[in-house]
Amino acid sequence: MSERRPPRTSAHELERYAGLFASRTRVMRSSAMRDLMAVTVRPEVISLAGGLPDTSTFDPALFAALLGRLPSAAALQYGPSEGLAGVRDAIVKVMAAEDMAVDPDEVIVTTGGQQAIDLVTKTLIDPGDVVIAEAPTYPGAVPTFCSYEAEVIQIDVDSDGMSIDALEQTLLALDAARRRPKFIYTIPNFQNPAGVTMSLERRRRLVEIARERELIVLEDNPYGMLRYEGEGLPTLRSLEAPGPTDENDFVIYTGTMSKILSPGVRVGWLVAPRPLLAKLILGKQSTDLCSSTLAQHFVSEYFAAGDWRPYVASLCDLYHRRRDVILDALAEQLPAAASWTRPQGGLFIWVTLPDYIGTTDLLARALAENVAFVPGEAAYADGRGQHAMRLNFSSSSDEDIREGVRRIGKIVAEQVALYDTLTGHRGGPKAGSGERPAADSLAAPASPASPARQAPEPAPPPAAADAGGEGLAHILQLPRRGSLGGRRSREA
Amino acid sequence: MTLTRVAVLKGGRSLERQVSLASGARVADALERLGHDVVSIDVGTDLVTRLRDARPDVAFIALHGRGGEDGTVQELLEVLGIPYTGSGVHACMRCSDKVLTKLALRDGGLPTPEWVALGEVAFQDLGAAEVLGSVAERLGFPLVVKPVSQGSALGVKFAHSAAELPTALVAALSYGTRVLLERHVAGREIAVSMVCGEHGARAEALPIVEAVPRGAAYDFAARYEIGQTDFVCPAALEPAVAEHVREIALAAWELLGAAGFARADMILGEDGPTVLEVNPIPGLTETSLLPQAADAAGMGFDEVVERVLTDALSRAPGASVGAPSTKTP
Repeated sequence: MSERRPPRTSAHELERYAGLFASRTRVMRSSAMRDLMAVTVRPEVISLAGGLPDTSTFDPALFAALLGRLPSAAALQYGPSEGLAGVRDAIVKVMAAEDMAVDPDEVIVTTGGQQAIDLVTKTLIDPGDVVIAEAPTYPGAVPTFCSYEAEVIQIDVDSDGMSIDALEQTLLALDAARRRPKFIYTIPNFQNPAGVTMSLERRRRLVEIARERELIVLEDNPYGMLRYEGEGLPTLRSLEAPGPTDENDFVIYTGTMSKILSPGVRVGWLVAPRPLLAKLILGKQSTDLCSSTLAQHFVSEYFAAGDWRPYVASLCDLYHRRRDVILDALAEQLPAAASWTRPQGGLFIWVTLPDYIGTTDLLARALAENVAFVPGEAAYADGRGQHAMRLNFSSSSDEDIREGVRRIGKIVAEQVALYDTLTGHRGGPKAGSGERPAADSLAAPASPASPARQAPEPAPPPAAADAGGEGLAHILQLPRRGSLGGRRSREA
Repeated sequence: MTLTRVAVLKGGRSLERQVSLASGARVADALERLGHDVVSIDVGTDLVTRLRDARPDVAFIALHGRGGEDGTVQELLEVLGIPYTGSGVHACMRCSDKVLTKLALRDGGLPTPEWVALGEVAFQDLGAAEVLGSVAERLGFPLVVKPVSQGSALGVKFAHSAAELPTALVAALSYGTRVLLERHVAGREIAVSMVCGEHGARAEALPIVEAVPRGAAYDFAARYEIGQTDFVCPAALEPAVAEHVREIALAAWELLGAAGFARADMILGEDGPTVLEVNPIPGLTETSLLPQAADAAGMGFDEVVERVLTDALSRAPGASVGAPSTKTP
């Protein structure tokens, strides 16, 4: 036999690597869910798990024309860390469309909204510091907070967004322990994953609390432009600084091109109080020097080429229809024991099942039926959310949405019937009542009290190499090599 | 060894797809180092076409879970006349079905925790819920509830009381139509990896791995997160105890008709070792137990792969035992 390459890692060497891992990698979450999510990329699976916008409607001719117009030398060169002037101007326009007045020099262009969350966390969090987030919260933010070893405290959300009463109680409890959160992370509009929107009254109270207590609020607003119905509400940023000359002291605002243009360009942004800007830019420099100049020139050309709003309006129409399709399908297919939110925009619906159905286990059954969702526990840092699921309606065809929900409804009904049989209950309300109130609170019981725990039994751990980043890709349902083609073709 | 064309089957759509991709990639690397001609196939609906195109001399099955280690892909390879690594159809079926495994073990006089298996149909159509009370009384709490045909820890639940049983059953039944209710045996968790002998010799039990949880509770997260569980190999056991454990594992191998490689998961309780299950295609990733055990035995991963491959070729129709080179193109 021939030794063409040196032998690879032995188990002994791996032990050595295990000793090299930073302690923060200990808290990088991996779980049953991660293994299950790996199966959802199979082309035969109808995935309501993704958070993907539908990019298929972008005009290919315009795409080609924009690319043809990029200034080659500049687009191939490094750019300023805070972002290209053209992009910052475009961001000022987008924010103006949501009634926010900002100067271009308050804006930092980031590599997607995800980097904005990462930079703020990196800049503000020491190990053990408290971050307050919503319960449930954006599944992609949980690993970011955890990787900087933040202690994440989650505040329950209801149909009016984060409960400010609960927030105040938490702040008082923290006061008593002589602790203070470093920042409060919120998605006020069509929240990911719950789809709910924070009421105006709560927005006002939150801004007031931030001012009074001098607390930073990280306002994440990826979906604000995707409102299909109802009145638009002012952002926290605009409530804090209503006029063009008002200074913004406590709200860090983050937005993204992902949902109004393309997630593929990886262009997001941060607008921060001036004292924080310089540190955030330094943080960005140490991460990637600058966001892709090529992508930024594309964005810049796109906004220079004409009005960007009709495309957003067309996306709104598309998603509006799909939301109606999924709401109808849920009312028709889910048993009475289930409840769900009714978003006025955005991409997601949050479904709460009876507390004897665990959605991570249910996903295994769903995958056998070729349908996928995100189990609720992805949206919690503390193991809650076990009886809930996130459904996405923006990236599947009407037909797939109906069929996917039908399959989910079928397995949920089977589990409800099975539970009834096991406990001696018979004949609960049947599916298809068509009228279901949204959950008053989206809170789910904490896991320590959960009766069914995983049992001990030796089993192989997964490869060390994919324990970190891949996990996030699975939770967020990012397309992987070769998988996108399959997804698209099923929409044809 | 002469150049052999090997198709590495990995991935697929079982719930253990992720681990399988890692196992398969590692096997493919080893086979290339050994000088073989390797084609890696992520198993899907085009498997037959891809195998026909690839025309391998042998298939290395690095699939875990349903379809991959339950006899399905093995059956297909037999139809196609392609020799394959590891256990045959019958042994795979017996190992992947925990009830069949336990029946074989019990009938063969090997220790396995007492159990009751019930199907969803029994609950739905035959009123089996009525017997849960007496089952629980017989087996006692805590009770381990497992899907009958799910190889990994997925869906395995503890029920500490009768009130917790329905939820645990609903969860376990998410993974299949039958559940196993098993008496919980307290003790040390050990795994014995086994590899076929060279030139048709008896299988060899590798050093025992013990899983030692760092925290008090040993749950799924503990098992799957790096740094939450220490795997000690060789496990600190009296030589006589270790020998006894390995003999039981090898007896299970023979009873079930395993081939190539396998891993027996056991509990070393107060009354001695008891076998929970036998895995016909153990994980082969860098942190998996079999490679760790082989390493402790001074056997490199490449040697494991080579042995398993040679075994497959020697069992191929028309092959003379221990002479794989006769199969080369």
